[in-house]
Amino acid sequence: MNLIDIKGVSHAYRTPSGPLPVLAGLDLGVPAGTFAAVVGPSGCGKSTLTRLVAGLMIPDTGEVRLHGERVRSPRKTVGMAFQNPVLLEWRTILDNVILPLEIVAPRTSRASRVARAEELLALVGLSGFEGKKPSELSGGMRQRASLCRSIVHKPEVLIMDEPFGALDNFTREDLWQTMRDLRAKEPFTCVLITHDLRESVFLGDQVIVLSGRPARTQRVMPVDLPADRTIDILYEPRAVAMLHDLRDEIRIAQGREGAH
Amino acid sequence: MLRRIGVPVAAILAFLLLWEAIVRLNGWPNYVMASPSDLPAAYARFWSLFLLGGWQTLWRTVAGLGLAVAFGTLLGMAMGFSRLARDALYPLLVGFNAIPKATLVPVLSLLFIGQHDFNTVMMAFLISFFPIAVSVGIGLSTLEPEYRDILRALGASRVTIFRKIALPKTLPEFFGALKVAVTLAFIGTNLVEIVSPHGRGLGALFQSGATNGDYPLMFAVLIALAALGILLYYAVVFLERTFAGWAEREAT
Repeated sequence: MNLIDIKGVSHAYRTPSGPLPVLAGLDLGVPAGTFAAVVGPSGCGKSTLTRLVAGLMIPDTGEVRLHGERVRSPRKTVGMAFQNPVLLEWRTILDNVILPLEIVAPRTSRASRVARAEELLALVGLSGFEGKKPSELSGGMRQRASLCRSIVHKPEVLIMDEPFGALDNFTREDLWQTMRDLRAKEPFTCVLITHDLRESVFLGDQVIVLSGRPARTQRVMPVDLPADRTIDILYEPRAVAMLHDLRDEIRIAQGREGAH
Repeated sequence: MLRRIGVPVAAILAFLLLWEAIVRLNGWPNYVMASPSDLPAAYARFWSLFLLGGWQTLWRTVAGLGLAVAFGTLLGMAMGFSRLARDALYPLLVGFNAIPKATLVPVLSLLFIGQHDFNTVMMAFLISFFPIAVSVGIGLSTLEPEYRDILRALGASRVTIFRKIALPKTLPEFFGALKVAVTLAFIGTNLVEIVSPHGRGLGALFQSGATNGDYPLMFAVLIALAALGILLYYAVVFLERTFAGWAEREAT
């Protein structure tokens, strides 16, 4: 059974110049423990999708279900990461990572929270930086800390909205591998919004292509690559074929079919 | 440390020397313009009045400032969280701030006749809450939505989000405004002390100097006011370092 089920979701924002439809008939099913990468042209409503899954918004029509249950409000079993790492400058890296635990599990001891945060920081290679302030870290390190924060409370669902979008290419590839390693240790189900097709193939178990605004599900492509992927796999013919296929889908989504 | 104290002290001494030199070179007698060398005599003669007046001025300023912080923060919160409150209150506040506060002194003295302490505190408050309200309002309304979402997505309440994120994030702006408000509150206190008859505090001492044509006394009061202003300002700087020191960047 799917952990996340999105069926026939449509949504329009109310603007001064009339309703602006962003989603029109979106379908998405993510089995538990898998990774769904969502790609699509910019401005197609991908970020709206993250807010729907997080329960920060309710769609006009259609339904969003977690475990078969309608999502109507935020729940503690969700973690979020954004392009902007939004670390709190007045807290140390350690205390930033702990933040969700203060909300979700206010009665746990400080020691157990610290232990959990340190465990994650070690996994992403930030051991020794616990006491630093965010401003003392590089962009990539801040994003790693942000990732730790988004999963510190062991969420069932991790929602990421272009988390690596602002990083340079090599740092980005490093973080993909960090993400892959985290998945092996932490049992979350993930929805990743991205503009990067290579990222979607490297990380995803399936890639969902959304059409241009208003977005509907245009194509669902399963990614049949082994779980322990390395960056090299992106240069193998099967991955290249997938990337090529996805590129064509994006072209269609942008309404530029045939314009090679 | 030596540099941090030595440099401003040297600057103050240079200022006093320059003042002294200008008065001497022009040959102004002290009923035209007092010089720094006239001041010690004035302090020695009226020291008990300076202590009393200084204390009265200080506590009423701090009381007015306290009210301004409480009221300004509440108003700023209302404007920061509610679009409606922002639209409704901004023109009103700006208009109120544009009124010369000296015109309110007779109004206050008539409304609360004889309540001298209360009038003075009120004036210090009225003149200084505006920058606090505006900065808190702007700090809260410009909070990036992601900051709210990381906690909202976990089902955190508005109060929790305010306490954990919005409040600390607004502190640097708040302290910036508080530094402005400190000096404004001083002006408010002195305004009432000088303008209203039978005033108290350093303002009244200044007024009695003016009545007697005692220039050294008047200037001694001004310097005492300046010293109190510096004292309060650095008290705010100390609080800022303690509570919002993270926002400080190392000077390059």
